[in-house]
Amino acid sequence: MNWTLAIPEIVVACLAMAILMFGVFRRGSDNFFLCSMLSLGAMLVGAILVVGTDAGRGYNGQFTVDAFAALSKLLILAGGALALISALDYNRENRIARFEYPVLMLLSIVGMMVMVSATNMMTLYLGLELHSLPMYVLAAFARDELRSSEAGLKYFVLGALASGLLLYGISLTYGFSGTMDFSAIQTLFANPSGASAGLVVGVVFVIAGLAFKMSAAPFHMWTPDVYEGAPTPVTAFMSTAPKVAAVALLLRVMVVPYAHLSPEWYLIIEIISIVSMILGALAAIAQRNIKRLMAYSSISHMGYALVGLAVGTEDGIRGVLIYLVTYIFMSAGVFACIIAMKRRGRSLEKIADLAGLARNDGALAMMLAIFMFSMAGIPPLSGFFGKFYVFLAAVKAGFWTLAIIGVLTSVVGAYYYLRVIKVMYFDQAEAPFDARPASLSFVAAFGAVVTAAFFIIPAPIVGAAQAASHALFG
Amino acid sequence: MNAAGFPLLSLITWLPLVGCAVIMFVRGDEETVASNARWTALWTSLIVLVLSLILFVRFDKADPGFQFVESATWLPEYHIGYKMGVDGISVLFVLLTTVLTPICILSAWEAIHVRVREFMIAFLILETMMIGTFCALDFVVFYMFFEGVLIPMYLIIGVWGGPRRVYAALKFFLYTLTGSVLLLLALLMMWYTAGTTDIEVLLKTPFPAHMQIWLFLAFLASFAVKVPMWPVHTWLPDAHVEAPTAGSVILAGVLLKIGGYGFLRFSLPMLPNASAYFAPLIFTLSVVAVIYTSYVAFAQEDMKKLIAYSSVAHMGVVTIGIFTFNVQGIDGAMFQMLSHGIVSSALFLVVGVVYDRIHSREIARYGGLADRMPRYALVFMIFTLAAIGLPATSGFVGEFLVIVGSLQVNFWLSLLGGMGMILGVMYMLYLYRRVMFGTIVHADLKTILDLSPREVLTFAPLVALTFWLGIFPTNFTSFFEASVAHMAQAHTAALATQVKQAELQPASLGQAAP
Repeated sequence: MNWTLAIPEIVVACLAMAILMFGVFRRGSDNFFLCSMLSLGAMLVGAILVVGTDAGRGYNGQFTVDAFAALSKLLILAGGALALISALDYNRENRIARFEYPVLMLLSIVGMMVMVSATNMMTLYLGLELHSLPMYVLAAFARDELRSSEAGLKYFVLGALASGLLLYGISLTYGFSGTMDFSAIQTLFANPSGASAGLVVGVVFVIAGLAFKMSAAPFHMWTPDVYEGAPTPVTAFMSTAPKVAAVALLLRVMVVPYAHLSPEWYLIIEIISIVSMILGALAAIAQRNIKRLMAYSSISHMGYALVGLAVGTEDGIRGVLIYLVTYIFMSAGVFACIIAMKRRGRSLEKIADLAGLARNDGALAMMLAIFMFSMAGIPPLSGFFGKFYVFLAAVKAGFWTLAIIGVLTSVVGAYYYLRVIKVMYFDQAEAPFDARPASLSFVAAFGAVVTAAFFIIPAPIVGAAQAASHALFG
Repeated sequence: MNAAGFPLLSLITWLPLVGCAVIMFVRGDEETVASNARWTALWTSLIVLVLSLILFVRFDKADPGFQFVESATWLPEYHIGYKMGVDGISVLFVLLTTVLTPICILSAWEAIHVRVREFMIAFLILETMMIGTFCALDFVVFYMFFEGVLIPMYLIIGVWGGPRRVYAALKFFLYTLTGSVLLLLALLMMWYTAGTTDIEVLLKTPFPAHMQIWLFLAFLASFAVKVPMWPVHTWLPDAHVEAPTAGSVILAGVLLKIGGYGFLRFSLPMLPNASAYFAPLIFTLSVVAVIYTSYVAFAQEDMKKLIAYSSVAHMGVVTIGIFTFNVQGIDGAMFQMLSHGIVSSALFLVVGVVYDRIHSREIARYGGLADRMPRYALVFMIFTLAAIGLPATSGFVGEFLVIVGSLQVNFWLSLLGGMGMILGVMYMLYLYRRVMFGTIVHADLKTILDLSPREVLTFAPLVALTFWLGIFPTNFTSFFEASVAHMAQAHTAALATQVKQAELQPASLGQAAP
């Protein structure tokens, strides 16, 4: 048994435990900061180990390390690290600077890493739950605040429902195939005519459960409320790492065990994708709260990413991965900018609060403008390339409906991204924001540089995504 | 490497960004920053202008192919490269851009007094994007520059524009973006079919006839909005009226030309069958544009709006010329675009002069200015006559060639397209009479000042170019004659082999990119 494959997960999990013990026994006032720093170190160690681990299958085929898993894990760790850095000063100022925060994040990240490596329904479910439970706690982390507690509870109830759906789908699959192993299921259904109605229902339940986790419409209902209610750094975390994990998991489940059932499921994915793109674009127009706006924006982004899965080809999966790479850095950057929206110690969330930001804080306005233009898919920013590769795959495979709806909704989407820029650049200036802590400047600047400079050397990232997608198809 | 011996096109494309970087690091109080930003921007654009003159001198006019070509790998496994080069079609547009940019910066010298630094940065980024659009020899690179233009232009209209700037900026952005995303789909389709996005290869790739129809419609959606053609022209008057003078100038002078350039670079040579198939549609829309928008221009009370509508009419002549598919017509369209780029830019500057003084663009607000501003009256007169198309000014040559070219297609097309010249006389002279002649009614006009030396300096090159183009047109037509002749020939040849193309199978991208 090749147990060393899971070394990154094991090490990060042990480090999380150690940091928890350190926090419990030290009892200093700067516990949060120290534990956060140690957690960042743990993430770095995790990333190094991920890079250093060779590909292979272990634990009786329950756990697989390949280029796809490695790329997803690196993205998850990067998203987690950026979200944790964004939290450093916010949590202190909002009196939620408890050392459990980074530990919960670490544990959730371990869950995500297990998710993307899972090649057995059981591992999948374990990883998913390990990822979800700390997330519920994190959403309710500002426990004295009504909105945060509400967000946590809402997330938990709906999340439990989704887990239930997923579990039901898994049990149906098991019932009709007699195995939980991905590749065994794949071989079993090599002849798609053998797919019974019960199995198809199982697939639908699995898709529904995972669509909930990645907040794709019509399973998105929790997203705006939880995004709005959760402390902003938690929202930043939610919109980066878990998205990668959920999408990567969905990709693997659809492409490996259910590969031969694609005539049955591609239409479902296509509908989810179209509904997400349209709903994300239209519902965002009416939003006044920037966190809710980003929630709807993330729904439409998931719609775009799913275009690649609906296409179902190697090109399509490559497009999804490139989309995720561009998306998490934009998203982390946007949330760093949102956390920086603060006047006299009070956090602001209205879009109108950004009025005239370009005059008061040109750098922040410029970075947010870069993210907004990029999310709207304007070249040469990175968001354009995400859409570009996804639509390339769609056009190549002849999915014209998806491609045309996709580009047209991106024009609708451009409207609300432009509105944010309009408020910052065209409106009368209000009082300036409080001075930005260095941590936020770092995250925002890092995201902005990745977003703006992506076009200069896209080849390595495209190559990595190509390798990952190739590995998935094996 | 190329005729200049060094990567000239990349240098003039990216140099403005260096200027941006310099401006960004200027420190000091607001006045110092503003003044430094202005001078840095001016010098950057002048250096770019001087470098671009190498193109003017060293360009081999006999060669219809691409020159000054440079290429670098960018995404090799997908056959997308960074490739730049100019041919007869694009070289003069590059020069038009590099000439107009310093003029715009000069015109904004005093007119822009808030956030000068940001304005100059936006303007230099815009210059990079515009030059890149004309130089790109890779469709993806072209698309990036083509779309990238939107970002600085949106900010220029929205931040430094007039009272309804937010509406105008958003309308401009969304109209153009809608067209562009369809262009993106067409681009992906071509990439898939040809296996590369190298424009030189695409120009030689025969696309199946049924696919051409769809590709053409997608191109049309994008370029028709840019040109703009009736009925998708409505963003233009709004954008022009609300944009600051420098923005209007670059909008009329260069951005509209990107649409015409797109037709010439992509639609016509790559999709010959579909172009021939859709030519009657284009002619109809263009004739409507020429006649209808001329009348609309006549009814305007706002000077900028009047000139904006006249732009739509003039660009209608351009699209007629392009789709005649003969040498005279396309030559005429090219010349008309260059001439319009200079004359309508100058007219917007002319409006800007009085707007800076009185802060009104209403025609009725003026009258009798000729008494107070003789130099201004002369400049205004020159450009009015050039816009009408008086012989010896640049406007004449283009319109004349297009009429000659369209006569070979259809007499009525030529007649109706030619109506633009007559209607142009009507609204331009009417505008001139109301603004310049008569007696001064408004008290503040009595003390209005004539052109300042800086303003004379902005107009001088434009006046010179107007006459140069009008009196020695061959100095300019010689640049694009070879390329246009080649294009017209290739078009006829492509139509002749139509049957063969229909049978061609698309090459799979999968084979090209394992």
